[in-house]
Amino acid sequence: MMSSDQPILEVKNLETHFPLEEGTVVAVNGASFKVMPGKTLGIVGESGCGKSVAARSIMRILDKPGEIVGGEILFRRNMGESSEEVVDIASMDSNSPEIKSIRGGEIAYVFQEPMTSFSPVHTIGNQIIEAIRLHQDISKEGAKEVAIHALGAVGIPLAESRLNDYSFQLSGGLRQRAMIAMTLVSNPTILIADEPTTALDVTNQAQLLELMSELQTDNGMAIVLITHDLGVIAEMADHVSVMYLGEVVESAPVDDIFHNPQHPYTKALLKSIPKIRSNSSERLASISGTVPHPYDRPKGCAFGPRCDFFMPGRCDASIPVLQEVRPVHQVSCFLYDEGD
Amino acid sequence: MIGFIVNRLILALITIWVVTVISFALIQLPPGDYITSYVAQLMTQGEVVSDQEAAALREQYGLEAPFVVQYYKWLQKAAVGNFGISMEYQRPVTEVIGDRLFLTAILALAAALFTYAIAIPIGVISAVKQYSVTDYVATFLGFLGLAVPNFLLALALLYFGFVLFDANIGGLFSAEYASAPYSIGKIINLLSHLWLPALVLSIAGTAQVIRVLRANMLDELRRPYVVTARAKGLGEWRVILKYPLRVALNPVVSTLGYLLPTLVSGSIIVSIVMSLPTLGPLLLRALIAQDMFLSGTIVLMIGIMTVIGTFISDLLLAWVDPRIRMEGG
Repeated sequence: MMSSDQPILEVKNLETHFPLEEGTVVAVNGASFKVMPGKTLGIVGESGCGKSVAARSIMRILDKPGEIVGGEILFRRNMGESSEEVVDIASMDSNSPEIKSIRGGEIAYVFQEPMTSFSPVHTIGNQIIEAIRLHQDISKEGAKEVAIHALGAVGIPLAESRLNDYSFQLSGGLRQRAMIAMTLVSNPTILIADEPTTALDVTNQAQLLELMSELQTDNGMAIVLITHDLGVIAEMADHVSVMYLGEVVESAPVDDIFHNPQHPYTKALLKSIPKIRSNSSERLASISGTVPHPYDRPKGCAFGPRCDFFMPGRCDASIPVLQEVRPVHQVSCFLYDEGD
Repeated sequence: MIGFIVNRLILALITIWVVTVISFALIQLPPGDYITSYVAQLMTQGEVVSDQEAAALREQYGLEAPFVVQYYKWLQKAAVGNFGISMEYQRPVTEVIGDRLFLTAILALAAALFTYAIAIPIGVISAVKQYSVTDYVATFLGFLGLAVPNFLLALALLYFGFVLFDANIGGLFSAEYASAPYSIGKIINLLSHLWLPALVLSIAGTAQVIRVLRANMLDELRRPYVVTARAKGLGEWRVILKYPLRVALNPVVSTLGYLLPTLVSGSIIVSIVMSLPTLGPLLLRALIAQDMFLSGTIVLMIGIMTVIGTFISDLLLAWVDPRIRMEGG
């Protein structure tokens, strides 16, 4: 069994760039976070903050021409017989046998678009059985049994006949359940869920989140939940990393994030949640300005130009680094920099 | 699925009937008839044909009757395999056409196989390695094939075949087999001749298939289901061959049916240059001579083959793509 006080996945100073003709897009700019075994890490941030790219970097399934240019992705592999091995995914070839056995086998990925994440011309069963047989030495009939069991486990009725269905014959909610079933057939140690509920209606969202919690309790896997929905974070996450423009600006246990946020960006994000009992004439708070274009990042702190606590000569002069302000609570902001 | 097939079959039969009407009408369209061109031909040889004689000939061939009557009589006989007499050759049409229909179909099939064998791998590679040297070279060669006239390529090959290998590579059979009955030897002889004209004819279509497939592949490669397949841990080439290629092939499959007519009308010059016994040159000759039963029969047969080809490509498409199978039935 793995020791549970060591992270199963540790991303250190990850840098992922997209070199395009017009210039290089710095999608992830030195992000660091840890995933603990059996726990849920929530990664939250606005669209374009690099959370999906960071997640896809872990799987090494970046779209062209994205590439990891710096940092480490340390993954603790369970080699059976209580032996473990720490590998650096960032240094692997993206088509090597090693990363292929990790992909889908040990780290699984659920995508945002349940409509198009299954092939339209292959049956659900074909695609799930393929996933099973990629990572397990098992006969077709055996794999079929596993697939039926997996579909049943995620609450899909009439699992056996669903195997012969095509994805367009299922509803959005069922499709996302089938997707989760497909990712879980190899008993991964980490499940990365990239906006898994964004495309679903509210009822399906709630059911799906509940399902993921149940599966986590049963399988003991770690979940990396990527979302812009703070409500989902509050319900699911144990620990939260807040991302802004490719960097992690605050990292803390979920209660601290909601009740004792430190970074001005986190505070502003929380203020922008509408409240049920608010006065209807009250305007919803928003963060001033817009996310800077990735081609021209601001000097110094990336959030500086939008920050209410902006300190001229300080925030635009150098870049703050992530540091501990309280136990297991890290912030990257000069407001908490007591070093000078 | 059965509903889908029956539906398509009924549509195919209706289409064939319309083809018979149109092909018969087309033949009748040009002014004059076979007798006009026959009389003109005799007059160039110094013979004089009186109006009475011409009228008697028209009577004999039933050319005086109204269109509908002529069409009806023609269709009635055609239904039992009697396509009339070729006026030009003075022999039954079926005899004149002989095995040309079969040879044309074989040639079309071989050319199609070559086209796909060349175009599909190139299309896939130039999509996967977009904007690479491989992509540019493949695309350049494809367009070169499109730009060079087929018959020029044929002439060049004939010339080099003769100069370098002292071989006459025209025709579909060697001299000793040309009029011999079909045997295993003749079939082997056919296959040994077939590849060259098939290759020549396939080159022109290759560029089109490459471009269509490349564009489709580029679309499909960006779809989320491709990333899903990658995230499972499938190898890159297995991902490409199983998922996006399968979807990208649909438009290619759906144009299978047009191969035959394109080949017959597009390959006339190549057939003449390479002395191929196909339908193209025969149709051209029959149309010039206003040999209506011969040309009508050829147009009808090409039409029927096209409808059959389209029917088969519909079935293939339904087999390949469940969305068509489930919703089109």
